[in-house]
Amino acid sequence: MNKQTLSHLDWLEAEAIHIMREVAGQCERPVLLFSGGKDSICMLRVAEKAFRPGKFPFPLMHIDTGHNYKEVVDFRDKRAAELGERLIVRSVEDSMKRGTVVLKTPDESRNKHQAVTLLEAIAEFEFDACIGGARRDEEKARAKERVMSFRDEFGSWDPKNQRPELWSLYNARVHRGENIRAFPISNWTEMDVWQYIEREKLELPSIYFSHKRPVVMRGGAMMPVNVQLVNGEILNVPKAGEEVTEQVVRFRTVGDIPCTAPVLSDADTVEKIVIETATTTITERGATRLDDQTSEASMEQRKKEGYF
Amino acid sequence: MSAHENIQDNGLLRFMTCGSVDDGKSTLIGRLLYDTKTILADTLNAIEKTSAKRGMEAVDLSLLTDGLQAEREQGITIDVAYRYFSTGTRKYIIADAPGHEQYTRNMVTAASTADLAIILIDARKGVLTQTRRHSYLAHLVNIPHVVVAVNKMDLIDHDQAKFDAIVAEYKAFIAKMGLFNDGRDIQFIPMSALNGDNLVDRSEAMNWYQGPTLLELLEAALAAHAGRHEAFRFPVQFVCRPQDSANPELHDYRGFQGRIESGTVKVGDLLTALPNGRESRVKAVQIGGVDIAEGQTEQSVTILLEDEIDISRGDMLVKSGEVPAQQKEIEAMLCWLSETPLSPARTYLIRHTTRTSKAKLTGVAFKVDVNSQEHVGATTLAMNDIAKVGFKLAQPLFADAYSINRGTGAFIVIDESNNNTVGAGMIL
Repeated sequence: MNKQTLSHLDWLEAEAIHIMREVAGQCERPVLLFSGGKDSICMLRVAEKAFRPGKFPFPLMHIDTGHNYKEVVDFRDKRAAELGERLIVRSVEDSMKRGTVVLKTPDESRNKHQAVTLLEAIAEFEFDACIGGARRDEEKARAKERVMSFRDEFGSWDPKNQRPELWSLYNARVHRGENIRAFPISNWTEMDVWQYIEREKLELPSIYFSHKRPVVMRGGAMMPVNVQLVNGEILNVPKAGEEVTEQVVRFRTVGDIPCTAPVLSDADTVEKIVIETATTTITERGATRLDDQTSEASMEQRKKEGYF
Repeated sequence: MSAHENIQDNGLLRFMTCGSVDDGKSTLIGRLLYDTKTILADTLNAIEKTSAKRGMEAVDLSLLTDGLQAEREQGITIDVAYRYFSTGTRKYIIADAPGHEQYTRNMVTAASTADLAIILIDARKGVLTQTRRHSYLAHLVNIPHVVVAVNKMDLIDHDQAKFDAIVAEYKAFIAKMGLFNDGRDIQFIPMSALNGDNLVDRSEAMNWYQGPTLLELLEAALAAHAGRHEAFRFPVQFVCRPQDSANPELHDYRGFQGRIESGTVKVGDLLTALPNGRESRVKAVQIGGVDIAEGQTEQSVTILLEDEIDISRGDMLVKSGEVPAQQKEIEAMLCWLSETPLSPARTYLIRHTTRTSKAKLTGVAFKVDVNSQEHVGATTLAMNDIAKVGFKLAQPLFADAYSINRGTGAFIVIDESNNNTVGAGMIL
């Protein structure tokens, strides 16, 4: 008699392991996208549970906009080194130098331009599958995303032409030049991610926890100012007339600096963040991702253009 | 210590809703999300804005399940959407599939991972053609629990006699068609999704109904694998051979990695490897290189054996004494998913567990009219058709009947020319 039921975290973990192994089993040259953010940190733990004591059957890769928080970039490098896995970094700034990324204005968010650099990296390494940490609860275009999402040779997502996905029979077959985007934690919510971080005692970049930071209010959201980048450059200098205040904040999501806003919070431990997540009234992207608010369909649009 | 560790965790339940917007399906989902406080303020704001923009007075909860720009342009829902909520003791995944006839493939897709189906009936209309279709598909895809939600009770004055009549009509229909005749769990609830009656909160207007609310049913439903004995089935996904020169202990490590489709496994169990038929005992069951006492159904583990046996992806480990037949010809119910019709002349690929084989159609026995469940003759299948078919295979499958084991009874058909998934099969 089978009496035991897996806890919801055990079930989600088992599903994610299964998906990663399917990618490893079906694809020749997969890569796991690791940004140093909380979702991809969970994915690394899942990968350890899937493949240890062996090495990961794929390298890690980060598409760096050059506008990432130093804490996150440092954490990224440290974590990859601890795991003893290969980390590839490809930079949006290199794409700008090549002329394949052209910014409208110098301070434009580079978030959506990651798609170009990603496609260039896919071509360079001939990756046939990219494992990403996107979740279906993040956004409505993601709610209809497959676990294994087919992209044509231009990296485009066609919502009308997705492969049906039944049972746990994933179809990752592609022809040369095409690729699969695989999302092992599709079925996790923000809350699941935090509960998993708590249970597995996962280390995170410090900016996920409450800290003091100078900010201005810009476009209805809190914008961190005078952020020192890895290369020493200072990003987001306050504009004339903007009032800089110091606030106690944390980040719910860490992405390209100009499009990621922090939230007011004094949660300085994972446990407090779990409680805060359970009682918040604002969605993760609603609170913090300025790029998704441009239009009702902005995520869908970016995905069609090759974005994750 | 976490403040949450004392809360009971009843795992995860996946369910689907069958019905059209007219039945109040989107309102029901919206209500469940709203009453469990899953909808957050900014999402509600966005819906309010959109409702106003479209000239509606009240907030339209159905907009929560409204998806892509591509869909809004065409005014249709083209795909299954997944939604999430949690009660604190259980996590839920809702598969929301459009209910129209031309979306049979979406319903089958949503049903394939569901433990429970909510079939919506409009109390004013009773059992309709679409109710029959939804019930047939829930039966075909073998969803373990079925809840028939008689919705819009507020529009028939919460009349118990009318509810009883719909229940009787439904029971007569499934008895006649032979649906759910395998002892499956079926429940009936009178409901008003609009007012939230008998969803999360008990209805005062229908105090004649003493049964559980919808949420109580969801909280109590057994997960698909609980409460019954199942044979151990372990399709091998990946073989772990570290061969780490710095660590001689790992030199002979050979871990077979996969997800347990059914049953359990522990150290000492005698296993048979398929297809080669060789036996060995389990030396260790691990997750991430760490020993665990017993591998449970649906758990992803690594199995180490005492003897060196040649096993690779696509093979299967089973318990000796529970070995499934190796089949090179199968009969199955097949749902066709592609705009390109099934061609009797072509060779397809069949993916069953982690195994892939070339396959050819041997014949179509009959096609099923999903509205009347009548059998009709056919030689080929178009999108959304369901039929009983035969396939012959280049490689044997280690299969169980789908009615006994959804994991090892299901397969997909792949068109090699574009690698699309074109069919979904259930082995008879």
